[in-house]
Amino acid sequence: MSRYASENEELAPPLSATTLEHEAGRIGDPAERLDGVPKVTGAFEYASDLRREGMLFGATLRSPLAHARIRRVDIARALASPGVEAVLLARDVPGKKRFGLNFDDQPVLAAGVVRYAGEPVAVLAAASPAEARAAVGRIVLDLEELPGVYDMEQALEADAPKVHELGNVLRHVHIDHGDVASTRADVWVDGYYETAMQDQAPLGPEAGLAVPAEDGGVDLYVTTQWLHVDREQIAPCLGLPEDRVRLHLAGVGGAFGAREDIHSQIHACLLALRTSKPVKFSYGREESFSGHVHRHPSRIWVRHGARRDGKLVAVSARLLFDGGAYASSSPAVVANAATFAAGPYEVPNVQVEATVVFTNNPPCGAMRGFGAPQVCFAHEAQMDKLARALSLDPVELRLRNALATGSVLPTGRPIAGSAPVREVIEACAAIPLPEPEPTSGRGALHYPGGTGGTTRGEGLQRGVGFAVGYKNVAFSEGFDDSTAARVTLRLDDGEPEAEVYTAAVEMGQGLYTLLAQIARSELGVERVVLRQADTLIGSAGSSSASRQSTMAGGAVQLACRRVREELSRRARARGAGDGEAHGLAELRDLLDEPATAEAVHRHRRTERFDERGQGDVHVYLCFAAERAVVEVDEELGLVRVLQVAAAVDAGRVMNPLGLAGQVEGGTAQGVGLALMEEVQLSGGVIRNASFTDYLIPTMLDMPPVAVRAVEYPEPEGPYGLKGIAESPTVVATAAVVAALRDATGRELNRAPVRPEEIVGLVGPARSAGAPAIPDVPGQEAVPSYLAMSSGQQHLM
Amino acid sequence: MRVSCTVNGRPLEADGLGPGESLLSLLREHLGLLGSKNACEQGECGSCAVEVDGSLVCSCLVLAGQADGREITTIEGLSTGDGLHPVQQAFVEAGAIQCGFCTPGLVMATRDLLRRVPDPDDDEIREALAGNLCRCTGYQKIIDAVHLAARR
Repeated sequence: MSRYASENEELAPPLSATTLEHEAGRIGDPAERLDGVPKVTGAFEYASDLRREGMLFGATLRSPLAHARIRRVDIARALASPGVEAVLLARDVPGKKRFGLNFDDQPVLAAGVVRYAGEPVAVLAAASPAEARAAVGRIVLDLEELPGVYDMEQALEADAPKVHELGNVLRHVHIDHGDVASTRADVWVDGYYETAMQDQAPLGPEAGLAVPAEDGGVDLYVTTQWLHVDREQIAPCLGLPEDRVRLHLAGVGGAFGAREDIHSQIHACLLALRTSKPVKFSYGREESFSGHVHRHPSRIWVRHGARRDGKLVAVSARLLFDGGAYASSSPAVVANAATFAAGPYEVPNVQVEATVVFTNNPPCGAMRGFGAPQVCFAHEAQMDKLARALSLDPVELRLRNALATGSVLPTGRPIAGSAPVREVIEACAAIPLPEPEPTSGRGALHYPGGTGGTTRGEGLQRGVGFAVGYKNVAFSEGFDDSTAARVTLRLDDGEPEAEVYTAAVEMGQGLYTLLAQIARSELGVERVVLRQADTLIGSAGSSSASRQSTMAGGAVQLACRRVREELSRRARARGAGDGEAHGLAELRDLLDEPATAEAVHRHRRTERFDERGQGDVHVYLCFAAERAVVEVDEELGLVRVLQVAAAVDAGRVMNPLGLAGQVEGGTAQGVGLALMEEVQLSGGVIRNASFTDYLIPTMLDMPPVAVRAVEYPEPEGPYGLKGIAESPTVVATAAVVAALRDATGRELNRAPVRPEEIVGLVGPARSAGAPAIPDVPGQEAVPSYLAMSSGQQHLM
Repeated sequence: MRVSCTVNGRPLEADGLGPGESLLSLLREHLGLLGSKNACEQGECGSCAVEVDGSLVCSCLVLAGQADGREITTIEGLSTGDGLHPVQQAFVEAGAIQCGFCTPGLVMATRDLLRRVPDPDDDEIREALAGNLCRCTGYQKIIDAVHLAARR
């Protein structure tokens, strides 16, 4: 039995008082979701559902231009507009004017200049959403358009307009392992690859409710992935000490990286403090596209060298990522991409030059995979090219080069933990292929084009593609990564009940169900209560980087074991043995007082890059292999995906139901980038900010996904588990496009693949050559060398 | 504008509606029924699906005024007492829920499908539910849930 609870029932009523009638499982069980019942009845309270008596509704004026000087902002008519209680501009921000995850380079409200289309310039609060929207339309924004940078290669040119005074290079990472220049190979293959900007498109848009508090502070109920890092960015802008800014997790309708950055948090708090009333922001879909960062578009130039037997001898890669107008987490994304650029293979000589630039495009940052999907798209296409050049089976070529425990990475350090690369490849390849189908007489959905009835079987080609990739679990590059947890065991109506309390964010991934499984297994109780996350306990770190099962899981495990130690002390004090293996009856006797313990889980400290890009930068690695089977209508360029076979490196399966859901859902996002998902820009302006124009896979687009988990426990991690949320997304795009190449024989070097590329009306993406390597002071992000005030995370 | 309708069997009335307000807005902003979700407000995602006189609609595409005199069923009207509707129970058991934002709409659409087609095959499910976007699950477990509900 499980339920949600909250410390202050008046401030934050429980998301649901519903209790599940069944036992929700221990470690290894296919546990049903803790929040399944309230979500299925509509009772679950998302941030967009929050209400308070007398609350106001916030709205944002965003810049329509991507790069412009602000000549004038006239708010007089908006202030006089019906229902309006406050209109704020940059001058009204009482504290720090800027915020940001890695550097505080992003204005709370733009002043002087706007650097991307959609940048907030003014916010206001009114009595109703309609009045708030109407008042935004009455603000006069007088802009003088400036020349902008809308292309990532243009950003590197000497005469390009500067997005920021420090120039357009945000970070350049250089990895130099072995000696590529003097390496001899029997065969070399070259490639150029592009991937598009992708939107996380969580179904629940950004929302939050700020409630002014009697102590002059504010309580903020909000969608996020990391409460504490939000607070570290919010409080200085409000000019308040952190303890007067309390964050509470509201129901999150999906994240996928889109909740890593600040959206309306600071705006809502500013307006609540100004008006002394609760203020709610709730973005619609169009605004959501401007309200969060996106996956970086990439351009990749890469060269692979191998011996005749297929062994890789060298990889050199030049990566260019478009970071958009502000830093966000781009410095960490480009570092990740650099470390994974050679693929999950043993390569003795590797050189990577990886740059992320500022442009006047919308800011890019975290999205599931965090730099790895882009390079996987490139290195896996290269492996297929190499297999063809060597007349080797593509799966066999990958097996001959697979990393394993002890293999030396391009960053110069051997893999200490589990690395079952060969095993995921073999498990994936062993999944049966779908049966051949007759050309004619199928149901409509079994043809490319589906119910459109565009073919009866003419011009169809089937293709199979394979991809392997990897992703770091938890934070890298020396970040002091930790999660705090408190576990309380007490009697409730005579029954032992465990309360688990962390600041870790549940956004749909199933974390709270997992934490309840851990508490049940460690404490031997049935009833577990998950207290809603807030900032009144220590930081949990972000629910991102596939890290929270390991980090919050490890903290809860440790706290539970400390509770058990406390019970043992009580048992010994009462002369009742050592108190180990207590039965429930014994527990009742020992729990006349609740037993509480706190714990902080940390992983092994990693290292920064040295000047050659060497170092123990990642703590755990999670691998995955996927095989996609597609059928293409060669005349119309329509695609049907028949099957994705997936094998993931789970360490240890904690919840098979949750694992399958993560693999299937993560795969769907990779299929989307392969076939349809692209944020389209024109002069920096998003042209398809809706679900009518930005397509994500529907049930008709997604094939069955056959999931296999490979279990080689991670020796350093709690229970041996590994977070698997990202690795399926990393490989899915590469696998699907490989299958399209197999079906069409075309180069298809850009994701997403468009129908006109499949039929050959548009050729592959071409490049005149890789841009020159920028001159930077070192491996760290450029702002950190320029005495620019540092951001909050020190992630770099 | 004033609208009177029956929602989940209860006669309800709302006043002060704007002429352009949707049925979704009537339900969420005026009647406090927050189970129907606003994820796109363009009829693309199905998160706001409700029934109007027995027909499944995207409530964001129906004007509040069109609901006058009609019988509306929302996600809040499906479970009775302590018991979940079989479709709801199947979604919980099959692992068809992650963030859950799409779930109320998918439950409504599944209930509608099963009334028309009591034992749908995969193709019928895919076609019937293609108007409901889910970003978390990849849809596999949702198809499992529909089959599970059909068996009950």
